[in-house]
Amino acid sequence: MAPQDIVTAPALATRGLDKSFGSLLVAGGIELALPQGARYALIGPNGAGKTTLINLMTGMLAPDAGQVLLDGEDITSLKPEQRVKKGLVRTFQINQLFPRLSALEAVTLAICERQGHGGAWWKRLHGYREAVEEAHGILASLHLGENCYRPARELPYGQQRLLEIALALAAKPRVLLLDEPAAGVPESESAELFTAISGLPADITVLFIEHDMNIVFRFATRIIVLVGGRVLLEGSPQEIAADPLVREVYLGKKGHHG
Amino acid sequence: MIGSIFGVLFDGFAYGMLLFLLSVGLSVTLGMMNFVNLAHCSFAMLGGYVTVTLMSRYGWPFLATLPAAFVAAAAVSVVLERVLYRRLYRASDLDQCLLTIGIVFVSIAIAAYVYGTVQQPVQPPAYLQGSLEVLGVNFAVYRLFLVGTALAVTVILVGALEYTRFGAQVRAAVDNQRMARGLGINVEGAFAVTFALGSGLAGLGGALASPMIGLDPSFAFAYLIYVLIVVSVGGLASIGGSFAAAALLGISDMAGKYYVPELGAFLIYLVMVGLLMWRPSGLFGKR
Amino acid sequence: MSGAYASPQLYLEEQARWRSAEIAFWIAALLPFVFFKAYLSLASQIAITALFALSLDLILGYAGIVSLGHAAFFGIGAYAAGLLGKHGWGEPLSGLVIAAAAAALVGFAASFIVARFRHLALIMITLGMGLLLHEAANSASGLTGGADGLQGIKMWPLFGVFKFDLYGVTAYTYSLVVLFLMFLVARRLIHSPFGLSLRGIRENPLRMPAIGASSEAHIRKIYTIAAAIAGVAGALLAQTTSTVSLEVLGFQRSADVLVILILGGAGRLYGGILGAIIYMVARDQFSGLNPQYWYFWIGLLLIAVVMFLPNGILGGMAKLISSWRHRTS
Repeated sequence: MAPQDIVTAPALATRGLDKSFGSLLVAGGIELALPQGARYALIGPNGAGKTTLINLMTGMLAPDAGQVLLDGEDITSLKPEQRVKKGLVRTFQINQLFPRLSALEAVTLAICERQGHGGAWWKRLHGYREAVEEAHGILASLHLGENCYRPARELPYGQQRLLEIALALAAKPRVLLLDEPAAGVPESESAELFTAISGLPADITVLFIEHDMNIVFRFATRIIVLVGGRVLLEGSPQEIAADPLVREVYLGKKGHHG
Repeated sequence: MIGSIFGVLFDGFAYGMLLFLLSVGLSVTLGMMNFVNLAHCSFAMLGGYVTVTLMSRYGWPFLATLPAAFVAAAAVSVVLERVLYRRLYRASDLDQCLLTIGIVFVSIAIAAYVYGTVQQPVQPPAYLQGSLEVLGVNFAVYRLFLVGTALAVTVILVGALEYTRFGAQVRAAVDNQRMARGLGINVEGAFAVTFALGSGLAGLGGALASPMIGLDPSFAFAYLIYVLIVVSVGGLASIGGSFAAAALLGISDMAGKYYVPELGAFLIYLVMVGLLMWRPSGLFGKR
Repeated sequence: MSGAYASPQLYLEEQARWRSAEIAFWIAALLPFVFFKAYLSLASQIAITALFALSLDLILGYAGIVSLGHAAFFGIGAYAAGLLGKHGWGEPLSGLVIAAAAAALVGFAASFIVARFRHLALIMITLGMGLLLHEAANSASGLTGGADGLQGIKMWPLFGVFKFDLYGVTAYTYSLVVLFLMFLVARRLIHSPFGLSLRGIRENPLRMPAIGASSEAHIRKIYTIAAAIAGVAGALLAQTTSTVSLEVLGFQRSADVLVILILGGAGRLYGGILGAIIYMVARDQFSGLNPQYWYFWIGLLLIAVVMFLPNGILGGMAKLISSWRHRTS
């Protein structure tokens, strides 16, 4: 570790995170540290507890023990919306959009909430020019500009996935947790998604949960393997791909795509 | 003095058993499919009117009308489920509320049209009338009968749920519908049967209620409130919860009416709101 | 509409623009003064019911809160205004303000509870709170007159000049103006960022915290506002009819307003108004009918609306218009 790494707190860290549902352990003593600007991936077989970990980090689930730290600050007792305001944002594996709101309305909503205007009820929406323009800008950067006036439920699935990311970006995240961003996206639409992901600003710290090893090996500089609620191994993509234990548990017969 | 306390406790418990019979079906179906069926007490009312008709017009003995009430209510519920309810399983709470409120309105109007708005006189048979004196306390025979029937039903229900394959399917579907489907359980089919059984029980409850608390078209709404209290306080799909909540409600209501009649139903509603705030999924519901 | 817009600004302005149909509607609201003079009392009742339905639309149609006890606030407003009138203060406008404040206060307190629950628990809690209030009002007959209601309410003329009389001219003008003003407030609210937040809560309550929004704070706010507006409607009733009875707090009234809103179409601002017009006119026409049979048809109507017209009449019309536009484009 270089000297400066010791001084800067990790963007996101967990210490001894535990969670059980009755006798079922879903998180056991999880210790993670993501440095600023990192591109880490979290992989593991189904039921390993990946989404649970995201829920613990974002505050949707309360841990039995342990802490979550954002930029060195203990956020374990904060509510989910408070964590978002501090810069910890996630996307959902299954789209959680606002079906009847247009993409523009949805992103504008996110921006207004971020700016603290969510409760303002006297001035009309179109009076908030910069919020609207920022929303349009985010959508345009994800190539959703033309379709942004249609209700979200009318968009093709790939664009809905992009909208999911747009909503997250509208909150100006410092740490972004992407829960299987490519899930269910057909081949024909995945190029847009990959462009969007690689276009994410370098100062945002990103943690992907992924099954799609294409994305993992393409974007991640470090991989964390989660099995049975515990961290099995952590390392560079090459190290992980070569590790026999990981191969057995997860990569198995599939091998890897380099 | 003590005797009167016991008397009130027993009467309250008997009333609670009646509420249990009326509510248990709703508790299970609500827990299973999350379908808000506010028309549940209409099935109870139907059972009551079946008993009245069979007894007064066809001279059936009281006990024989009970299974008929059960079957009639179950049969009507099957028809309604097929024609209407089935389409709204994935609909919003509001839509389900509205549909079933509509059914209640229609059922009340039909009852008023066919039978008039007067309370129907139902005489239980001679051997169920009168009272037994045990240790200085008077126990109404009919209430003893009610308690006995309710306990028998509870035993059968719990037994069926725990020890039969169908019961296991119901429990699986309540616990995790998606997983149950994934395991190949026919959730809709299990629900249809459970719904019929629950409605049949409501019909039975209505039939049993008619000699004790009277039957008129307002029954469908009047007792709905109590049933909803039992279900939400007891916890969804919990037979034990419904039993406890019904007993609690019955005793509180009876004691309230006896000792503090000025407060009326105020106390009951206050307790319900308070309990729900403390435990939104009910006392025994899944958290 | 999926059409193209020159800019996002224009798109949003388009959403908030006054449609010609709206302007026509409000002008038409003046017709009873000319053509239906004998029905001005009924018209005033319709305006009051429409205002009540509008207040429910704000929480149900826009924020997705299912309340079976909204009449509580209508009743609080009615009793507040009625008590003022009974005990010597018959000035209508200040009565309205005080009634709104009373309803808002109770609404604010209740909102802390309401914001924390959903689904069955919420339905039961709102039902329970409504029933509680009704029981309490029944018991406190010293204050409320119990089952007999408030007697001896005396309203002073509006602005010292316009008396509330049997012809209903003052009543309808008063009710209509108040309805319109409250409507303007609601309309403004809907097209603000707050209105967008409410729709967000309705569309996906799970996503709201994930974008940093506090749904609970928003719900508390709209619930309080809706309570105040419902209180104004109740006060209008007390002031224009000089009577208040227990039914203003009853479950029947909560259920009726729900039917009215759903009939017209929730979440469209005009649904409650349309529903009120249809419901009240129909009820007036069939007033000779036995109440049992009236509820038979209402029940059937409810079933039909839920099965075939889930977004109410306005929703059905919107669908018709958009499919017509589709075919002709």
